[in-house]
Amino acid sequence: MNRTTIDLWVGILVAAGLGALLFLALKVGNLASFSAAQTYEVKANFANIGGLKVRAAVKSAGVVVGRVSEIRFDTETYEAVVTMSLNAAYRFPRDTVAKILTSGLLGEQYIGLEAGGDTKMLKNGDRLKLTQSAVVLENLISQFLFNKAAEGKDSAK
Amino acid sequence: MASNALRGYFERLGNQVTSGVWQLGFAARFLAYMLLHSGTALRRFSLTIREIYFSGVLSLVIILVSGLFVGMVLGLQGYHTLERYGSSEALGVLVALSLVRELGPVVAGLLFASRAGSAITAEIGLMKATEQISAMEMMAVDPIARVVAPRFWGGVISMPLLAALFSAMGIFGGYLVGVKLIGVDDGAFWSQMQAAVDVREDIVNGVIKSFVFGIAVSWIAVFEGYDAAPTAEGVSRATTRTVVTSSLAILALDFVLTALMFTGGTAT
Repeated sequence: MNRTTIDLWVGILVAAGLGALLFLALKVGNLASFSAAQTYEVKANFANIGGLKVRAAVKSAGVVVGRVSEIRFDTETYEAVVTMSLNAAYRFPRDTVAKILTSGLLGEQYIGLEAGGDTKMLKNGDRLKLTQSAVVLENLISQFLFNKAAEGKDSAK
Repeated sequence: MASNALRGYFERLGNQVTSGVWQLGFAARFLAYMLLHSGTALRRFSLTIREIYFSGVLSLVIILVSGLFVGMVLGLQGYHTLERYGSSEALGVLVALSLVRELGPVVAGLLFASRAGSAITAEIGLMKATEQISAMEMMAVDPIARVVAPRFWGGVISMPLLAALFSAMGIFGGYLVGVKLIGVDDGAFWSQMQAAVDVREDIVNGVIKSFVFGIAVSWIAVFEGYDAAPTAEGVSRATTRTVVTSSLAILALDFVLTALMFTGGTAT
């Protein structure tokens, strides 16, 4: 085996390996959709974030418009402060409502944005005033049970 | 009598521990020396290219075929499990995540250790047994710089490329079985996969894993070859040790790396 043939085969290996990496990054990992886009950051306070995690999706009308970039706990208000990076291509009015929602019955939690009617748009570093916390299943069930119990008392009278 | 036997046992145990620690120290010194004398291997890069050919290109067939079959088995097994929960569209996620995170680097590393690592050990061991290494030293050629370092770097460079090819081939195999054969929806297969696989978290971590395995396997292979007793039996033992030690090293390192990489999400 002479040297040029060896070089050729090694070249093929390296090209194929890099091609495989590119395939993994683009076709499997979908690198193209998030990375290069410019973003701006918006904060929101929530009384309870449930199971929301960093890097969870931020959706509006079902379309992913950004990601959760940071979750902190504020010791002054005892609330969670969630920072979202939104794609700069999507502008939202200042009175946009942020809700923590769940995809499917037991799926991942994400933040849903509902645009308001304000003419001023959100800027980098702004804070969303209107938020709705995550629904905690236990609270929901206990509420339901209490209501049922109350109904039972009423009908017994 | 009993105390003598007990004493003999402890002496052997102590000997084994001492020689084990001694060998570990020698291996570490050997690695440091080799890294410091890698200049030749990187400057005369054709030496390294030759080794990439021997350990990388010649392992290509076994890597590609195994990758294809592992992916096909994952597709088949995963489909039957997921179907029970009515979520067979998540097949792409299952195949891609298990390959990219775990199976790609680990299985490619195990195959690489038995296909290329053993060959490197046997070659260096035989060079030592036939006194080619001593002959080089006589000619004032540093055998570590000339023989060992190119083989080490050849392995380190080949391994991530082979692991990436293994993962890509496996995903293709899963696609063949899942979509073409069983009939999972084509669009859901890819879109769910793309939504779930993160480039930084999954793919880059997989590449880091394969890189670490490449360093471990190549280091063990060249060290065992260089450390082999210069006899036919010594070379055969060194070859066996290479495969056993590097397989264990891959699995142990995999556990450590997985614990470091994939459990950080909840800690923050």
